[in-house]
Amino acid sequence: MEPLLEIKDLKIEFDTFEGVSHVLKGIYLTLGRGDTLGLVGETGCGKSITAKAILRLLPIPPARIVSGEILFEGEDLLKKSEEEMKKIRGRRIAMVFQDPMTFLNPLFTIEEQLVDVILAHERGDGPGLQGERLNRKRAVQKAIELLSEVKIPQPEMRIKSYPHEFSGGMRQRVLIAMALSSSPQILIADEPTTALDVTIQAQILHLIRDLVQTHGHSVLLVSHDLGVVARVCKRIAVMYAGIIVESCSTAQLFRRPYHPYTKGLLNSILTFSKREGEAQVIKGMIPDLIQPPPGCRFHPRCLEAMGVCEKEEPRIQEIEEGHWVSCHLYKSPSSPSVSSRTDFSKGGCGEISKLFFSYG
Amino acid sequence: MNSTNPTNPTNPINSVWTRWKIERESQIRSLKLTVYTLSRSPLSVIGFCFVLVFLVIALIGPWIITYPGDVTGAIHMDQKLRAPSSRHPFGTDEVGRDIYSRVIIGTRLSLQIGLIIIFVAMGIGVPLGIIAGYFGGWVNEIIMRITDIFLSIPGLLLALAIVGALGPGIKNAMLALSIVWWPGYVRLVQGKTLSLREESFVEAAKSIGASKMRIVFNHILPNCTSPIIVKASMDMGMAILFAANLGFIGVGAQPPIPEWGAMISTGRNYLPDHWWMATFPGLGILITVLGFNLLGDGLRDVLDPQSRI
Amino acid sequence: MDEMIARLLELKNLKKYFPLKKGIFKGGDGYVRAVDGISFFIKEGNSFGLVGESGSGKTTVARTILRLIEPTEGEILWGGKDICKFSESGMKELRKNMQMIFQDPHSSLNPRKTVFKSVAEPLTIHEGMRGRKLREGVEELLEIVGLKREHMFRYPHELSGGQKQRVGIARALSLHPKLLILDEPTSALDVSVQAQMLNFLESLQKKMSLTYLFISHNLAVIRYACDTVAVMYLGRIIEMGETECIFSSPRHPYTKALVSAVPLPQAEQPDKIVLLEGDIPSATHIPSGCRFHTRCPEKIGAICEEDEPTTRYFSDGSQVDCHLYQ
Repeated sequence: MEPLLEIKDLKIEFDTFEGVSHVLKGIYLTLGRGDTLGLVGETGCGKSITAKAILRLLPIPPARIVSGEILFEGEDLLKKSEEEMKKIRGRRIAMVFQDPMTFLNPLFTIEEQLVDVILAHERGDGPGLQGERLNRKRAVQKAIELLSEVKIPQPEMRIKSYPHEFSGGMRQRVLIAMALSSSPQILIADEPTTALDVTIQAQILHLIRDLVQTHGHSVLLVSHDLGVVARVCKRIAVMYAGIIVESCSTAQLFRRPYHPYTKGLLNSILTFSKREGEAQVIKGMIPDLIQPPPGCRFHPRCLEAMGVCEKEEPRIQEIEEGHWVSCHLYKSPSSPSVSSRTDFSKGGCGEISKLFFSYG
Repeated sequence: MNSTNPTNPTNPINSVWTRWKIERESQIRSLKLTVYTLSRSPLSVIGFCFVLVFLVIALIGPWIITYPGDVTGAIHMDQKLRAPSSRHPFGTDEVGRDIYSRVIIGTRLSLQIGLIIIFVAMGIGVPLGIIAGYFGGWVNEIIMRITDIFLSIPGLLLALAIVGALGPGIKNAMLALSIVWWPGYVRLVQGKTLSLREESFVEAAKSIGASKMRIVFNHILPNCTSPIIVKASMDMGMAILFAANLGFIGVGAQPPIPEWGAMISTGRNYLPDHWWMATFPGLGILITVLGFNLLGDGLRDVLDPQSRI
Repeated sequence: MDEMIARLLELKNLKKYFPLKKGIFKGGDGYVRAVDGISFFIKEGNSFGLVGESGSGKTTVARTILRLIEPTEGEILWGGKDICKFSESGMKELRKNMQMIFQDPHSSLNPRKTVFKSVAEPLTIHEGMRGRKLREGVEELLEIVGLKREHMFRYPHELSGGQKQRVGIARALSLHPKLLILDEPTSALDVSVQAQMLNFLESLQKKMSLTYLFISHNLAVIRYACDTVAVMYLGRIIEMGETECIFSSPRHPYTKALVSAVPLPQAEQPDKIVLLEGDIPSATHIPSGCRFHTRCPEKIGAICEEDEPTTRYFSDGSQVDCHLYQ
């Protein structure tokens, strides 16, 4: 079945004072219908840029889309005009951001803002003023329904409030309601709970999971928090310095990560469990994207780096079913060339040789 | 050189210079960034060029004029009202003085006027603003209310009133304009101080035991410099313009001082036939004020983007 | 007697109320009761964690201990003496003993001061150091926190979050304090670097015989770094004890909710977590009785709405404020 959203070899550059920053260097992502995908990475890895690029929200210039495709239901979003994108944004693909306060106009009530959005979608054009009175009553009704769906208590009364009268968690719910008002196919959430308290975060994540189960939206959740992503998403893609290093199911990621960065990351993060010794550190620092390291961008910090790693960029390959890795250590079973690491005659190759044997 | 440079032990001879370079490395870098950003905006570059021309002329003025005597009051009635020619590029005025020389020296005069007004205004306004902003309470109330009173009167009118009371003359005009200008700085600095007061680093300074004075001068003041520089650069142009206004009305610089406003005032009576008498000083004002405004705009975008209205 | 000496810092019934301007709010008694009666002590060499969400008052507690804010009521005992009664000069002396690492490394350093100036400032103020001696002192401190000499003359905006944090630590260490209050020391750092910072802080603690008070909303950080933990809700400590005990078997329903709300980066996800209803109440309208009753999933009944629970102490040294355990 054709995936709902497919990003192919997306390359994006940014013009800065110090030079050209190669922020995205060939991103591959797929999102199927009803899928929940978590895009995870540290600061500067490019995950937010990827999310914004889907909806063409990047400022061009200084950003520049060098090459690649973003296929939404088979159509390349990068080739669409601004007019066409307006019909997609907020309607077929909706986005929720980190700080809800900056996305709600403090001068208007929640009712006015929600109704504005609902009517805009029904009319098929941007938010505006004409033809409102006819549908207003229906729109208000729908807005109240949306608010109760996102579990805001007493929605008929709360709808008349102003944004500043809502707490952070409530505002985020309103934004989610706005995003879902047109029943989009994809919901992109960029760090939606980072600014919220722990117990409120749990509520919002639970809500997103519920809504996905009820309505079947696809979700792309961008976060730096592996725990958040693990709670909501069935698949996770790990990003490092502008490339996807590993992409697989949540279970696969935590039980059997392949990429050295993913392994290092999992060893270094604080988990809320009984402490066992010291957490480990990935040596080195995130690379400068204006002059990124040659070959594999992670090789200067990689404990398992080989000679080829600084010469050639690894391509992302499916080394197990549903498990994609971008690393020279692993070769896809269908690939003709054999990695220098594997030697079938010797039994001590461990997991790598198992891969090949299992695929015959 | 006994003291070895800890950052470069192999080069003791250059240690002072090297040390200075390393210490200033970051500042040099941010200066380069400022210049680069400014150069990206064509209007800012124009503004900068105008200001540069203004400053250079003000500096070398006395050496490039052709009739120094005309500046101070020489009269050549036989040369009066001559149109621009090779001998008098800007023509002569009603008593035969070379307008070119007078405009050039007028540049120097305008620079002096502008600088004095701005510096006096800053000297009064900035400390008051910081004190008001940092200490708050009734100190703030008193200072801000007085400031409000001054700000509620249109600048030129207030200046006129003060000069009217003190008597005409360039010194009184400068005094009057300084009085008009200082409240703006109080407002600006008080606002900035209020926001800086809540910053973490001020709290950190308190927690390490810094006294209030130290916090005010060592922490808050240096962070106010950006908006002050922006305002000062815009104000230069406006101060010069206001001084010219007063000169135009007749209560500023008095003849034979070659102040641009005064020159336009006399030249006005000779329009349109002897257009050169008013035009060239007018151009001087135009280029100067425009230059400072454009430069100030550009600087604001670089140094203090949030204050953009 | 030994017990008393070992208590480096002790708070007794600390309260901080912020008055509200009258006439704007209807109802309530016109105060934000940010800290509403806190008592705990920290033993020398310990790492104590104060955990809570927004409105819990934990940040206010930190600032009140340093007297950056004046307490409304209560005692703050340092080595047995109440520092609330100290004069300005007494406080200046005290500052040498108690320092704070601020939450946001990006704003806790003066953007106009180089690293050198920022770290040197305490030394300049208190010891009057200057010239070569000052320079050597700063270099030593930077070395302790793992920064290189080349960073000395950089400005904050040229440093990473972790480096800025270290500069803040160097500054705090310059006066050889006994107590370090760390306000969200890792929240501005990348996830892979957070543990590194905590490891570093731990080694620093051993090397310089420091006592730590951690303030955080991040339970993973507290569990990793602290021996003792106190959970705060709306200005009160509702549970306190050894970190492992409290987090592995929480008693108070709020602690239970907090613990189950932490998202775990692992393949097995819990089916059911304790979800609290509604929002955290505002500190201007603190609920009557047990302040958690409006959201408590284990509420007993009227007693929770009317009476404030008293503290119940357990033999393992932990305590809880809840009617379920009265």
